Order: sequence, then C-alpha cells, then structure tokens
Amino acid sequence: MVERYVMAVDQGTTSTRCILFDHGGRLVSVTQREHKQHFPRPGWVEHDAMEIWRNLERIAPEAVAQAGATPDQVAALGIANQRETTVLWDRHTGRPIGHAIVWQDTRTDRLVDELAAHPLADLVRERCGLPLATYFSAPRIRWMLDNRPGLRERAERGDVLFGTMESWLIWNLTGGPEGGLHVTDVTNASRTLLMNLTTLDWDDELLAFFGVPRAMLPRIRPSTETYGPARRVLPGVRIAAALGDQQAALFGQTCFAPGEAKCTYGTGAFLLLNTGNEPVRSAHGLLTTVGYQIGSEPAVYALEGSIAITGALVQWFRDGLGIIGSAPEIETLARTVDDNGGCYIVPAFSGLFTPYWRSEARGIIVGLTSYITKGHLARAVLEATGWQTREVVDAMNADSGLALKALKVDGGMTADNLLMQFISDVLNVPVIRPMAAETVSLGAAYAAGLAVGYWPDLEGLRRNWHRAAQWLPAMDPARREVEYDNWRRAVERTFDWIKPES
Amino acid sequence: MPGPVQSIERAAAILRLLARGSGRLGVSEIAGSLGLARGTAHGILRTLHGVGFVEQDEETGKYRLGAALLHLGTSYLDVNELRSRAINWADALAARSGEAVRIGTPLDGKVLVVHHVFRPDDTLQTLDVGALLPAHATALGKVLLAYDAGAAAALHGELEPFTRRTTTVPRELARMLAEVRDMGWAAEVEEMTVGEAGVAAPIRGQGGLVVGAMGITGAVERICGPGGRPKPTLVTGVRDAARAVSRDLGASRW
Repeated sequence: MVERYVMAVDQGTTSTRCILFDHGGRLVSVTQREHKQHFPRPGWVEHDAMEIWRNLERIAPEAVAQAGATPDQVAALGIANQRETTVLWDRHTGRPIGHAIVWQDTRTDRLVDELAAHPLADLVRERCGLPLATYFSAPRIRWMLDNRPGLRERAERGDVLFGTMESWLIWNLTGGPEGGLHVTDVTNASRTLLMNLTTLDWDDELLAFFGVPRAMLPRIRPSTETYGPARRVLPGVRIAAALGDQQAALFGQTCFAPGEAKCTYGTGAFLLLNTGNEPVRSAHGLLTTVGYQIGSEPAVYALEGSIAITGALVQWFRDGLGIIGSAPEIETLARTVDDNGGCYIVPAFSGLFTPYWRSEARGIIVGLTSYITKGHLARAVLEATGWQTREVVDAMNADSGLALKALKVDGGMTADNLLMQFISDVLNVPVIRPMAAETVSLGAAYAAGLAVGYWPDLEGLRRNWHRAAQWLPAMDPARREVEYDNWRRAVERTFDWIKPES
Repeated sequence: MPGPVQSIERAAAILRLLARGSGRLGVSEIAGSLGLARGTAHGILRTLHGVGFVEQDEETGKYRLGAALLHLGTSYLDVNELRSRAINWADALAARSGEAVRIGTPLDGKVLVVHHVFRPDDTLQTLDVGALLPAHATALGKVLLAYDAGAAAALHGELEPFTRRTTTVPRELARMLAEVRDMGWAAEVEEMTVGEAGVAAPIRGQGGLVVGAMGITGAVERICGPGGRPKPTLVTGVRDAARAVSRDLGASRW
C-alpha cells in the first residue's frame, strides 16, 4: 500500500514552513523559507502577503518531493499561522492592499486610546473575551480603512476582503480571484476583537464599534473541517484545518481535556489551558480565547497567559551584555553557582503583562551586593522565566477553579535542564517535554488528519504522544515560599517607573 | 625517541615573533629576524596560513596572527550547546528506534550524560542527565575512548568488572577500541548491566574532532539480532543521527 501523509503549513512571523507527517506523527520532510520584515517607521512591522504566498507556492511541492511522494499521497493539509496579523486584498485582482500589518505593530495605539474612551468600550471584553489592545486585528482594519481614500467604500461593496494569514492562504490555495474560498477558523476569528465568544459569529455591535463592514469579513468555520480542495499548488489536496499557532501547539500537545495546559517557550512564552466547552472570563488579566472546534462539535475554550520576555532575556544577556557567547551557555554559567545569591531580574522591558498589565513598569535587577557574580545573574535570568510562569499559572488556577496537575512544555528553551527543573520546582507539578518538538506543525497536521479520517479520533492522537523527558518538583516548600515572596517584592519595584507625559 | 622537529620549532618562533610588537611583519622582516632563508620562511608562512594560524593583509602583504589561533584555547564545545543542537535529532532517533537515547561527553575518564530522551513507551523513567557512566563498559564510553588517545592511555591496571562480560584487561580494551575506530561505531552487550545492550557513534565538531557520543540502550533481545550482534538497522539509525548532529556542528566531511 502506498504511504500517505498529512501536510502542515506553519506560517510564522519570520518564515513559512511545510512539514509532512506520517501516521505515527513522525516528521518525514521539512521545507522552509523566510520572508522579509519591513519596519517603515518606529513601532511599525509589516509583511508582504504576496511574498508569503509565493514562498508557500514554492516550498509546498518541495516538501512533497523531499519525501519522495506525489501530491495524491497527501491526505490533507492543515495550517497553523501567526495570529492577529492583518491582510486586506482586492477580490478581483488578488493583489494585497499594501503590506500586511503584523501582530507586533503598535501604530494603532492612539486609535485604541480613543476607542477605549468610548462609552461602549466595555462591550469589547464582555463579548470577545479580550482587552482592547493594539495586539489584535480590529483596530488595524479600522486604521487601514481610515488611511486609504476610497477603501471603505470598496470594503462595503465586498470588493476588498480582510483576513488573517490562514484566510489569505486558503483563499489563494482554493483559486484566488477564480472562486477562492473566503473563510477563517474560530481560533483566528477569536483574536480579531470582532467575534462573539458565545455565538462564534461576527458581532454586529462590535463591528459597529470598530467601524468594520461585515461584507469584507470571511465566514467563520470550525478549526477542523474540510474547507475544500486546493486548486493551485497541490491540486486536489483537501484543506482540512486551520488554527492560530498557539492553539495549534495546544492541539499538538494533545491537551484535549479540561485542566490540561501547555507552555511554549520561545522569545516570549504562551501558556494555554483547556477550560472545556464554557468560556471562562478572567478576573486576573488572562485572555479568553477559542482553543479549537472539531467539525460540528461544541467549541473548546482556553485561557491564555502571555509572557513577553523569556528567551528574549537570555538573548539580551548574550547580545546586549555579551556575558555569554551562545544562548545554551546560560545554563553552564548558571551552574557555576548554587543559587541566585539574593539577586532577581524582572524583565519588564516593555511593561508587565499577565497578571499585572502595567505598561509604565520597566525592568530591574535587585539584590545586588559585592557577592554577586555573573553566575548569579545567569541564575536570575533563568529564574525570571520560572517565576513569570508561576504567576500565569496562579492566575489560571484562580480563574478556572482547576488546579494544574502537570505542565506540558515545548519550544527552544526546553533544552535547558536547569530551567525545566526550576519551573517544576516553583510550580510544584511535573514538567513534561514530549518527543515531538514541532508541536505547532503537529497540531495543524493532527487537526487536518482528523477531519479527513487519516487519524480516527482524539484517542488515536493521544497514543502518538510520547514523553521524552520529565522533571519532578524537588524544592523545599518553605524555600519556594520565601523565593516567591522575594520575586513579588522585586516585581513591585518595577512599578511607576515611566512617568505620564505632562 | 627522535629529536625536535626543526620546521615546527621555526613555525613556533614565527608565531612568537608575530605575537610581539605591532604584530604585522613582511616575509623579509621575519626571515631576517630569525636568520632563515627567505624561501624557508615563506614556506612555513604559507603552511601556517593554510591552517588559519596566520593571516595576510591583502594590501601590504604583511602577516599577522590568525583568528584560528586566537580561538585555539576556547574552542571546546559547551555541553549545553551540544544538547541544544542535538535535541531534535535525539528525539527522532528515540522515535524511530523505540529506545532510550543518551548523549555523553568525556569527564575525568568517565562519561558525563549531557542529554537523555526517554524510551517512547510512556513507562516511568527518570532523567539521568548529569550522571557519570564507566567508559570501558558502555558503548558511549568506548566511542569517546576510541577517539581520544589521552583518555585511553589513562586507563591502566585492572578495569572494574560490572558483569561477567565486562572487558577488564586494558590490552583487550585497546583491541576493541581499534575495532571501534575501524567500524565508526561501538557496541556494548551486557557489559554494564545483564540483559541490556547499547550502540553508539561519534559526534564530531569542526575539523572532525570528536566532541561527544550519541547512542541508544535497551533490552538485549531488542537491540541484538540472533547472532548476538546489534541489529544493522539500529546501527544505521544511530550513525545517521550522530552524523546529522555532526553536520549541524560544522563537521562537513562526516
């Protein structure tokens, strides 16, 4: 029998990758292409959506060829994408309207302040579960419509379409101007500020609040469903899933039961907790989001805690201070001492996120004495990631009423044994690394494979999940309490640093 | 014992000369300072240039110490860096072979476990990163000894027996290590623990220097075929994974 595969497309912030997986969830081939980052002004970050589409056109067939396969051996294609990045394009020509505005872009800060002052601003968090912030898509759509003459009229006629990256790619794959499907999935739609978290449809009052015409929006579909066959690039291959990248990692880590959580450690970290079929409103600064929706089943919701600076602090230690030559050396340096020597680093480089949300805070190093060496500083760098994880987990436990029993981890920092042990110590739960490091791609593949029957059910996917490493808590509870208290006192000292402009 | 090699003494003198003063000298100045024929000095300088110990200024043609020489004392590979570079390949090896994977580096005549991937059967296993294994009774250790003349020479006298099959005679071990160098991989069959076997292959860094070993261990009936030798498919898997890590580390020929 001819072997069949599932393709995952991981459309990330810096590159697009195509990965083929086999029945065992094992990686068979990988192709990748980076795209250019455009920084036209301070705080602005853009991508050329056409460049990203051309990259996919090129690397998708390459991934199939690398596996020695043909397109008819690809049972399904699933997409995981950078979230909140906003593209507008012309339905008739298929040309993007300017560059895509990337999730890191803060050009809408003044617009967001104006919107926040509006009497109906409370509606946003109530309906979509997210705070009104520059991070999400709706203010970007509004900014584009406001800043290009005639665009609003074209959008109202439905001649100009909006999408996040998965919409743009699906529209192009399914034919583009010749009948391309204009769809998005619930997880991506849940990051726009425009979707009602309960009805899972666009909310008319939110559309009115942001001034976004309904005619330009894609249809919201489940994360796992055969949207249609590709008509370009890999003709005939079924496009069967789309998820935001962090939701894809939740799926790839097989966190299918309420109370199961994963944390992806990269430049920053994203912790998502499955809360089951009810959205949990956060009183502790977490985001309420859709985790996934399988076909016509009820949606599964998640609480999300974002940590802005984790790996970025190690990078700063390497590039900004030059104390280490490569990121993994942080562990070597940290192991030259037994503890932090009383030193704490709070990396509030651009304010504090979950659970504080203080934009005026700035980073500090406290507890400096002549005893402190670079080894202690290296410990403090790693411990900052541990304590920030603890604060997010505490917020989740408080909001969900579920006590986290174990944390599944992935991402580059999971190679750091000292850090993984410390996270287990401060959370007082086992920390588990799965054998498949590529959880984002794997999640997209799993979701697509599930839609077409390549994998039978969630249990089948769970059987593919294997533990590669596990760290068990070993810290004395009294010491944990003292250290946590020190950390929180260090955090308080970051507050009120940036003075309001007078 | 043969006397000192003259050309190496002269090369050392040239390097010392370049390390002094302005550090930029032409071939005639070097030949003059050391009382060498110009042709001899030029020949040595070309050789040193070839290995990166000296560099030549394109405009003036003068020589100075090369970057490779400056990195000589700090070129060891950080073990945490090694783990970071190897982690994806180690996962793939564990998934394909169905066995536990370890990566080891030499430490005081023993093997330091720097990375460990559990056997993918979800049984209870404990991470043993940081543990020290005996070099003469493990496949990882044999690989490290085979490619490090100094470490192998340090093993003398009676070697500690762990099982009936442990190699305890240094001369017998030396013969085994020569075999490892010939084959490019090492095996261990019930030499450390009864019922367990292992296969390992070298991880090479820049220039082909062996910086570590990567291998699998498991029940002897799963690792070995009917002849009591490791199954060829497992050996190939281990060697391919070690080669992939070596390529990532910049060992182009392996």
